[in-house]
Amino acid sequence: MAVANIIQLKVEDIHISFGGVKALCGVSLEVKKGEIFSLIGPNGAGKTVCLNCINGLYRPQEGKIFFEGRDISSLRPYQRAKLGISRSFQKIELFKGMTVLDNIRLGRHIHLKTNLLEGALYVGRVARQEIEHREFIEREIIDLLEIEYIRDKVVGMLPYGLQKRVELARALALNPKLLILDEPMAGLNLEEVEDMARFIIDINEEDRWQVTCLLVEHDMGVVMDISHRVAVLNFGEKIADGTPPEVQNTPQVIKAYLGEVEDLYATRR
Amino acid sequence: MPREDELEYLKREIDRELTLPKLFLETATKYGDKKVAIREKEFGVWRPITWKDYYENVKYTALGLVSLGLERGDKVAMIGDNRPEGLWVEVAALCAGGIGVWLFQDSLIDEVSYIIDHSDAKFLVGEGQEEVDKALSIRDRCPKLRKVIWDDPKGLRNYDDPILIGLQEVMRRGREMDQRTPGLFDALIRMGKGDEVALLFYTSGTTALPKGALLSHYNMLTMGQNLMRVDPCFENDDFVSFLPFAWIGEQMMSVSCGLQAGFTINFPEEPETAQENIREIGPQVMFSPPRIYEQMVRTVQVKYLDASWIKRKMHEWAMAVGYRAADLKFAKKPIPLWLKVLESFAYVTVQKKLRDHLGLSHIRHTYTGGAAMGPDHFRFFHAIGVNLKQIYGQTEIAGISVLHRDGDIKFDTVGKPIPETEVQVTVEGEIISKSPSVFLGYYKMPEETAQSLRDGWLYSGDTGFIDNDGHLVVFDRSKDVMILSDNSKFSPQYLETRLKFSPFIRDVWVIGDKRPFVSSVICIDYNVVGKWAEDRNIPYTSYPELSQKPEVYGLVLEEIIKMNQGLPEVAKVRRYVNLYKEFDADDDELTRTRKIRRSFVEQRYKDIVEAIYSQKEMVHMDTTITYEDGREVKIKADLQVADVPLEVG
Repeated sequence: MAVANIIQLKVEDIHISFGGVKALCGVSLEVKKGEIFSLIGPNGAGKTVCLNCINGLYRPQEGKIFFEGRDISSLRPYQRAKLGISRSFQKIELFKGMTVLDNIRLGRHIHLKTNLLEGALYVGRVARQEIEHREFIEREIIDLLEIEYIRDKVVGMLPYGLQKRVELARALALNPKLLILDEPMAGLNLEEVEDMARFIIDINEEDRWQVTCLLVEHDMGVVMDISHRVAVLNFGEKIADGTPPEVQNTPQVIKAYLGEVEDLYATRR
Repeated sequence: MPREDELEYLKREIDRELTLPKLFLETATKYGDKKVAIREKEFGVWRPITWKDYYENVKYTALGLVSLGLERGDKVAMIGDNRPEGLWVEVAALCAGGIGVWLFQDSLIDEVSYIIDHSDAKFLVGEGQEEVDKALSIRDRCPKLRKVIWDDPKGLRNYDDPILIGLQEVMRRGREMDQRTPGLFDALIRMGKGDEVALLFYTSGTTALPKGALLSHYNMLTMGQNLMRVDPCFENDDFVSFLPFAWIGEQMMSVSCGLQAGFTINFPEEPETAQENIREIGPQVMFSPPRIYEQMVRTVQVKYLDASWIKRKMHEWAMAVGYRAADLKFAKKPIPLWLKVLESFAYVTVQKKLRDHLGLSHIRHTYTGGAAMGPDHFRFFHAIGVNLKQIYGQTEIAGISVLHRDGDIKFDTVGKPIPETEVQVTVEGEIISKSPSVFLGYYKMPEETAQSLRDGWLYSGDTGFIDNDGHLVVFDRSKDVMILSDNSKFSPQYLETRLKFSPFIRDVWVIGDKRPFVSSVICIDYNVVGKWAEDRNIPYTSYPELSQKPEVYGLVLEEIIKMNQGLPEVAKVRRYVNLYKEFDADDDELTRTRKIRRSFVEQRYKDIVEAIYSQKEMVHMDTTITYEDGREVKIKADLQVADVPLEVG
């Protein structure tokens, strides 16, 4: 998708510390609409903390977060989800005892306009809505992510790579404007990584979706291939920000990080 | 359901004017929007396509192809999974006077470019990005290729090569053409003659380069009619199309029989969901190569191993009853009343459910063909009351020529010739046949044509004989019969199919031709043996490692010992090796229809053969594996060569 020059997500000078540990000190980011934006950095750099601040799991002690121009710093996670911010987790957080389809439906829950009583009686618009949502899930998500053959399987029984895909499916069910992915490639084999990268690009570029993606990822091969821009965190501070080649050539990044990155890069190639 | 003698299509005389498109037009007009022609599972729901929709899709696709420059006799190559678009593009190509050429979905680039170039295909119709990528990478080698048509837009948004065009766009052009020249479609259909070439089939061939067999409309139509004279199909039947269209068996059912009988053709959602979708449909007719049935048996056996004690006992008892009744039926002996009572009890308690799970609840006839099937598999299906029949034929006779009749089934034969078909065995033992369905010849290969077509007889290259009941018995490809140490002849396939009845064994290659003893190379079934190993806390990480575990060798040994019982002394397997990978068509070890290519594997694994017959204990292997995208990977492995103990074997 063409990247528009509109700032969709703006993180302004956020600080957060846990006891004496300063997890983030003054991080600012700007994610443009239509972008694949990656956040990288060594372990413990504060990447996941940053994501948690954006979707509201953590409250930064200082600083503000704007989404589409609106200050969302004081909103609760579900309110941010309603605005169109959706995420997946580094460690899979699915309901293991439920089927793939039910897990995806849960992600759709936020769009249900009916109340408990109507739902219990299953009358009038409930049935219609149910069908609409089911159609959305089948046409837009299950078909896109090629998980037809597991739709009725219980999630806990699936291989790890497929569970990751189901998690992405659930995040998509929200019909997000901004999709936050925390290490979508972690623990996947080469083929699964290629598939996942393909799906992320599809979600970003396909006319139907055009979703902005914010990615935390350790697989540098993928990050450098698919990102429009990359920001580098180190010990809670942002040390670089720019296009993949720019970041790769920033002296601080090379010093703090790229030695290790190159190794990682090499293993994937 | 109408009675058999009321079926119009059986009474019809197929003359030299009738073509598949003419029949299509007739059938579509007859049913209109009152009957479902095709059903496809999409987005989780079965979506019906009536004959009217089917007709319109075919019409506009055909006219679209004409507007792109298709002329009579031009070849239209097609590749992709089984889906309605595939079927209607084929019918559309025929309606426009073109010739259909199907490629196997999993063909490697070189096969694709060979067939496209050799067939002079002007159009290639693919499914989506994968096929488009294949086409774009071979276009330089296939200068005659004019347009590449796709129907699934997924992943194709950045492709703007002018050779590409979407099926929707083709149909839009067709609609325009129809407005400009109404009546053109019908006129095109009327121009066809029965003797013209309809389809060009590239036979996978266990030996040399693929040969293109030319089949006329007349061949295809007579084939379907003669088959259904034995086993009629009805218009309310359901058939599930999940095997490659490039295989003649699938064409025979979906096109030759489908257009005549007018039954509904169902397409699964994805290849992975086929088994589930078959269960949902519950077809009345099925035709598959043995591997599908082998897989079904394996599923049952694996579930059995996993079931609770009471379920296992029930299954054992029901199978024992079923086997007993089946054996009496095979022997054409009456079934005593007490057994009938037990049989119906076994049906209600076990077999009914079993058949439902396999999708065989409504099955009336089910056929296997294309390769040999073991007697054990055969008995299994009859024991659960499924009317499985062997058929024999080849692409060159538009599908089949010989078939079992109901109530006259012998699992070591392939049955009797279908109507209008003569089958004989030459002095040398070669099976030859003559029928209206015998093909026109091989495309651009006059020598090969002269070799297989002599005085109207089709020379099959298979050996066999006709037994006292008039049944044809097929040995093997003539060169596949092995001569044992005592100079007796033996079929390696017999041993292979027997061993494959074990759920743990996926593929077998038996060696023994002019050797001091018989040996075998085993490919274990990764899933089943993997599960077995997990249950016993045997750690492994990969196929090569699992295959070499001593426990797994022990497991395979038990299966070999079981099979060796009852075999003549010279035919018993004495040594075996577990291979570090499964046989794969991409590595040329199997044909696309999963027949083993003996001469090739013999060459490829000559080190293993050498080790077996030089009494070595170990063999070191260093080979390459080809992935579907053409990448090659080297594999190194040490394989153990094990003996089968004499006293128990």
